[in-house]
Amino acid sequence: MIAFIKRYEGLWLFTRSPAAIIAAIVALLSIMGAAFAPLIASVNPYDLASFSLMDGLLPPMWEEFGISKFPLGTDDQGRDMVSSILYGARLSLIIGLSAMTIATVLGVGLGLAAGYYGGRFDMIVMRIADIQLALPAILTSLLIDGIARGILPSEIQQDLRVAVLTLAIALSLWVNFARTARASTFVQMQKEYVQAAIIMGQRPIRVMFVHILPNILGPLLVIMTVDLASAILLEATLSFLGIGLPADSPSLGTLIRIGMQFMLSGEWWILWIPTLFLVALVVSINILGDFLRDVFNPRLR
Amino acid sequence: MTYFILKRLIQSVFVMIAVAFLAFSLFRFVGDPITQMTGVETSIEDQERLREELGLNDPFVMQFARFTGDMLQGDFGYSYRTRQPVGEMISSRIPATLELGIVALFISLLVGIPTGVFTALRPRGFATQTILMTTLVGVSIPTFVIGIIFIFLFGVQLGWLPTFGRGGTVQIGGWESSLFTIDGWRALLLPAITLGLYQLTLTMRLVRAEMMEVLRSDYIRFGMARGVPMRSLYFKHALANTLVPVITIIGLQFGGVIAFSIVTESVFQWPGMGLLFLESIRFVDIPVMGVYLVVIAFFFVLVNLIVDLLYVAIDPRLRVKDTS
Repeated sequence: MIAFIKRYEGLWLFTRSPAAIIAAIVALLSIMGAAFAPLIASVNPYDLASFSLMDGLLPPMWEEFGISKFPLGTDDQGRDMVSSILYGARLSLIIGLSAMTIATVLGVGLGLAAGYYGGRFDMIVMRIADIQLALPAILTSLLIDGIARGILPSEIQQDLRVAVLTLAIALSLWVNFARTARASTFVQMQKEYVQAAIIMGQRPIRVMFVHILPNILGPLLVIMTVDLASAILLEATLSFLGIGLPADSPSLGTLIRIGMQFMLSGEWWILWIPTLFLVALVVSINILGDFLRDVFNPRLR
Repeated sequence: MTYFILKRLIQSVFVMIAVAFLAFSLFRFVGDPITQMTGVETSIEDQERLREELGLNDPFVMQFARFTGDMLQGDFGYSYRTRQPVGEMISSRIPATLELGIVALFISLLVGIPTGVFTALRPRGFATQTILMTTLVGVSIPTFVIGIIFIFLFGVQLGWLPTFGRGGTVQIGGWESSLFTIDGWRALLLPAITLGLYQLTLTMRLVRAEMMEVLRSDYIRFGMARGVPMRSLYFKHALANTLVPVITIIGLQFGGVIAFSIVTESVFQWPGMGLLFLESIRFVDIPVMGVYLVVIAFFFVLVNLIVDLLYVAIDPRLRVKDTS
């Protein structure tokens, strides 16, 4: 029994933390909703034929004039808000998750190599990381996005929007991973199992990824969670600023940007429902990140 | 002392050269400057002649040297979009952004330091727990959403404050200021609070952590044992040592404030550099993007240099080490 509790200590702590449970439920529901959006949503917001202007600006169903066909109301084009949000969250999560994945692979790879080889390679990687750390992520991603706009020919700009945005966000988040992976690798390099593997003549790649990586996963997992929240926020901010995704393929940020136009005219749901959804998603991911940090760092408990 | 200043100065120059190089590479390699400057009807020969005249066929190092030289003389080139000199475009926007950033920084310090001290002195109190909880939620809400909430609450619902633009401004020797009219301050309040809120939570947490650290130290305990009044211990002895690291983060926060002012300026349609930068990205106006970077880097380097000097002035240990 004690062995069981020890083994699943994280799980046991989880059942004792109501905030983490609620956060996990909210995050899971959002992710499920986004993943199965085509099955759940009543209309496809990208398909102009699937909604009608006649249904425009209907309030949520609990308000006067609201109808149950559109539980959260419609926007000015007659799009169902539920469908817009599900599809928007889908895009936000796709971009956030892929940006986080790219940042993880890039950052952990560079960090592992820097920690393993040390010396000049380590110095170069860390200098670049230092410089980038001085620039806030939002500035870096704006800059990368601007450069991409200048380099890519205008015909393929629209098609590559999602890829450019993902890359811009990924390239502004890799530093955290690289620094953490490097620091943890340094610690592991001192240990006998790594020294033994090196003496046995195993290839560096194998030592790094098979032996060291599994032992530094804990802190990386925490950063992955926190950076997923940052990536979603960055995407939302860029789209809100009009730099990210265009209005015909809206992410959560674009929806909020569109909703701003209705702030003064009383159609509150067009602005506030996507906003609330975004905040709930980000806050719950952040709470989960905090929880993971506590699990992996017992000193803080 | 002089050695320290000299070292920091040289470092700053290197940072500026690196940023200038980045701006130059942007200008030179992102899109072709010639196609941006000429129309479709310009013949290939004319384009080539222009290329030669502008020195775009010269060796790379020479071009970069000329670029830097022009910048030092205040020639920042012309915008692709408006055809105006970039120097004028940016300098006319600097006052708006700096005033916004400095007021935001002041708000973050004026509120952040007292609340940080308070939460450190009463770590288990109800008020402390409430404040800490609020900041945790506040950090998770994106800046632009906070801006929208403020606009809705104070601008639309209550109608107390304007939600866009700078309000009444006064010209003081070419510096367009909104700090001298009530109207200007009213317009400044919401954007500045929005911008300062995130920095405020950082300041508060840092002051709280430092204060709690200092209160555990031996000299404070000795002071208690000696019967020094608690008030004097807290606010004279402990606070003074707490504030030293705060000065360092002002330098770091300044960068954050300037970067996030892009978002705040967009939400409140505040006519500053950030808004100009956003427009330049949307229209791929490379010269404006490059010069914005250089100007931001310059302010950043300047503030951090001042912070370093302040540090030397405040912390006697740094001065003593130098004479040896």
